[in-house]
Amino acid sequence: MIKVIAKRLLGALPNLVGVIVITFLLTRALPGDPAAYFAGGAATKEAIEQVRVQLGLDKPMIEQFFLYVRDLATGNLGISLTTGQPVAQELIARLPASIEMVVLALLLACAVALPLGVLAATRPGSWIDQLCRLVTTAGVSLPTFFTGLVLAYVFYFLLGWAPSPLGRLDPMWSPPPTITGLYLIDAAIAGDPGLWWAAFRQLILPVITMALFVLAPIARMTRASMLAVLGSDFIRTARASGLAPTTVLVKYALRNALLPVVTTLGMVFGFMLGSSVVIEKVFGWPGVGSYAIDALTASDYAPIQGFVLAMGVLFVLLNLVIDLLYTLIDPRVSLEG
Amino acid sequence: MNDTLKHIRHVLSENPVTMVAAALFALFIVIALIGPALVPYDPLASNATAALQPPSAAHWFGTDALGRDIFSRTMVATRLDLGIAISAVLLSFALGIALGLAAGFFGGWWDTLITRTSDTIMAFPLFVLAMGIVAALGNTVGNIVLATAIINLPFYIRVARAEANVRRGAGFIEAARLSGNGDVRILAVHLFPNILPPAMVQVSLNMGWAILNAAGLSFIGLGVRPPTPEWGILVAEGAQFIVSGEWWVSFFPGAVLMLAVFTFNLLGDALRDIFDPRRRT
Repeated sequence: MIKVIAKRLLGALPNLVGVIVITFLLTRALPGDPAAYFAGGAATKEAIEQVRVQLGLDKPMIEQFFLYVRDLATGNLGISLTTGQPVAQELIARLPASIEMVVLALLLACAVALPLGVLAATRPGSWIDQLCRLVTTAGVSLPTFFTGLVLAYVFYFLLGWAPSPLGRLDPMWSPPPTITGLYLIDAAIAGDPGLWWAAFRQLILPVITMALFVLAPIARMTRASMLAVLGSDFIRTARASGLAPTTVLVKYALRNALLPVVTTLGMVFGFMLGSSVVIEKVFGWPGVGSYAIDALTASDYAPIQGFVLAMGVLFVLLNLVIDLLYTLIDPRVSLEG
Repeated sequence: MNDTLKHIRHVLSENPVTMVAAALFALFIVIALIGPALVPYDPLASNATAALQPPSAAHWFGTDALGRDIFSRTMVATRLDLGIAISAVLLSFALGIALGLAAGFFGGWWDTLITRTSDTIMAFPLFVLAMGIVAALGNTVGNIVLATAIINLPFYIRVARAEANVRRGAGFIEAARLSGNGDVRILAVHLFPNILPPAMVQVSLNMGWAILNAAGLSFIGLGVRPPTPEWGILVAEGAQFIVSGEWWVSFFPGAVLMLAVFTFNLLGDALRDIFDPRRRT
């Protein structure tokens, strides 16, 4: 078991190195003089030279790369031009907002997609199977910025059910004291149900928008792998032995069918991290995605580089966690190792 | 051949939606080709007296904050959006197939290098990587195409590499080599036709995604610049009016974008059923 886990950890290393190399190359590929980009539009010649020395851009490429890696190891991602703050610090401050949204969206998507996929697989050709087919095809066709705006129009402007789709909290409320940075948890710790409810209401629309987008791959995979498992011999045997239908379905079929679904979660996370940028822009959500967009508009390169790197590293780590999870829930994997 | 036709007819008759998708696809192509000549208004002409008007007989999709006709802008945008998606997919098709074939056929160092690069691309959330590429290379339409092509590359490399790997020892390849064909000719003439069906399926599945991706990038302000009409930008321009109830500014371009992606995804599913019945889900 430990051997398998160690193997997975080692397997993630090349990807991590790859992510670092690519983010390094991306900034060095800036057309013209990278130092001028990092110094900003209004910089004088001296300021540009200063940045050049500071970033080590006057040194050979290989040396630059090792300087970059050394900076990363010490948590130094550079300074944002627009705010004057260290990029790493700002990313960490904004990360909880994005995480809160992504995790809730994933939970919601799974809560809808798993039953839908299972029901569609147990009743092929029925209306629920058709519904599943429609949802999976429509879901991947939805531009998240469009669904977000439609939801905001319907539930805020027309029905008035949702709060103004701007930010994590209505300006009436002040945020809870920061412990985890996740408002729902912090508000619960602070013991303030009103605040909790206010934070929750703000989350509803962005979370539904994102969940609608990632529902499709989860439902599609659940249906396909349930169909495959339900057609296998051991299910026939279990049924023939007179086990209760729910036992067969949940204990025998679902547990086996979930394995491929867990593997697709990696891909789903990739979609979510990407679409969170767009959704954060739509809902004025102060997460890492809108931080990157602000930096893009201001041609502020250090935050963009930091953002791409952080997302890449986060994604590699998430995939590693999924791999480990897979090892834990599939007894066959530990036998092989 | 007759069997193939029968199979195609079977796939089409089993799912009538495919016919609708094919019709929509034809419509989009026609609009992309001759749309700019058909639209009732100049997509860039502003008219302050007719700003933010709801849909009417004169302006089917209404007008935006500058009084520009949204119907005309949405129609004209079709060419640019489809153009970006098609060139990006073609670029990753050509490059990915060539790299994947070389990796699978030659093996060794080539294989390690190409597979590693493709794995590294996949190690990023792809939309984020596209953002980084466009931000680094410069904010132009050409770079949107390039970024979209790069993030699609691994899918083609995988398809081509897998097929080339399986077939490189096959009898017909040995025969071709004995008849005096060089490596390049074997790859192009003997292996390439074999990977065409799975690669075509990938193309059709990628198209919708490429449109979404390009529109998403311009929605957050990358690539295409206003006032050029493009679906992502049109939606972004209307976003601020949603909370005050002027829904049509964003709604129509967004709905057309969604319809285009939906069309391509439905067609992709149908093509996959035709080319590769085993992968149906």
